[in-house]
Amino acid sequence: MANEGKTIKVLLSRGDNSNSALKEYEVPAKESQTVLDVVTWIQRNLEPDLSYRFACRVGMCGSCAMTVNGKPRWTCRTHVSKVMDGDNTITIEPLRNMPVIKDLACDLNEFFEKWTKAKGHFIPTKTRDDQVQLISPNEKARREANAGIECINCGVCYASCDVVENDSSYLGPAALNRAWTLVNDVRDGGKIERLKAVTSEGGCQSCHSQQGCTTYCPNTLNPTRSIAGLKKVAAIATLKGEM
Amino acid sequence: MLSIKLYIAQRLTAMLMAPLVLLHLGVMIYAIQGGLTAGEILGRTQGSFFWGLIYGLFVVALSIHAAIGLRVVIYEWLGVTGARLNWITTAIVILLLGLGSKAVYAVVLS
Repeated sequence: MANEGKTIKVLLSRGDNSNSALKEYEVPAKESQTVLDVVTWIQRNLEPDLSYRFACRVGMCGSCAMTVNGKPRWTCRTHVSKVMDGDNTITIEPLRNMPVIKDLACDLNEFFEKWTKAKGHFIPTKTRDDQVQLISPNEKARREANAGIECINCGVCYASCDVVENDSSYLGPAALNRAWTLVNDVRDGGKIERLKAVTSEGGCQSCHSQQGCTTYCPNTLNPTRSIAGLKKVAAIATLKGEM
Repeated sequence: MLSIKLYIAQRLTAMLMAPLVLLHLGVMIYAIQGGLTAGEILGRTQGSFFWGLIYGLFVVALSIHAAIGLRVVIYEWLGVTGARLNWITTAIVILLLGLGSKAVYAVVLS
């Protein structure tokens, strides 16, 4: 093994919102080691009371996002070797823009409340007695919806967004991206209500298109593009007097 | 603290300003070819309905556009909200309209 006997220096955030500090740990280096592996090793071997979240470990559940060397990342799919800085150190902190419950675990309540505020739920127009609606995957609206549908709610975009940092009412990239997929879903019946929701205080019009969300989205989605789409559709609907 | 109506107003004024800025830059490049004198500029603009309209539109569009932009900065950076933010935005519009109108009056009507 190439890493036999080698260690990496880990600076890990301990504490909560009111009192947190980076604590240093020495962790054995392993082949193909992920940041989540490092956190788990510390918890199992050094700090049994270390708080952090994970579930699937394969980039599907979106629960293990943390700030790694200053950047928001899904830790289960982030290899230590790819993000290590020059002096063999890795700094692991909780996500930005969310209250810290303890150590690396954030309170995501507000993040999900904003999904609800943006009317991020499907509003059906048919019943189970109707025929299944056939939708071509090549339709323009369906392609727009498909482009944003693979969000895993990890909160990386929300943590990377400077508008969220400066404007607590801003709904954020994830909620607005979700709304955009529904606006483009021809089966959905809540378009105008949803456009009203995403143009209320802190809505899509607050986005400065800085593209932090798009830069860091682990699923390579483009929430900035979705938000630009919402802005356009909402502006046209407003000018037409539909809202 | 940016409503969709203000957002639209800022985009529409930007659309209006884009060709006006290009025209303004073009005229500047053209105007300095033979040296830059106040007499030459005033000779072109004084009593001109066209230049009065161009710069008048520019001032109106700019006053609205800039005030909305500054409103966002003031809200996000200084945390000013509600009626106070509306008053500040209105004051910026009035200030820019006043300064701009004075300049347009000076080069077109005086």
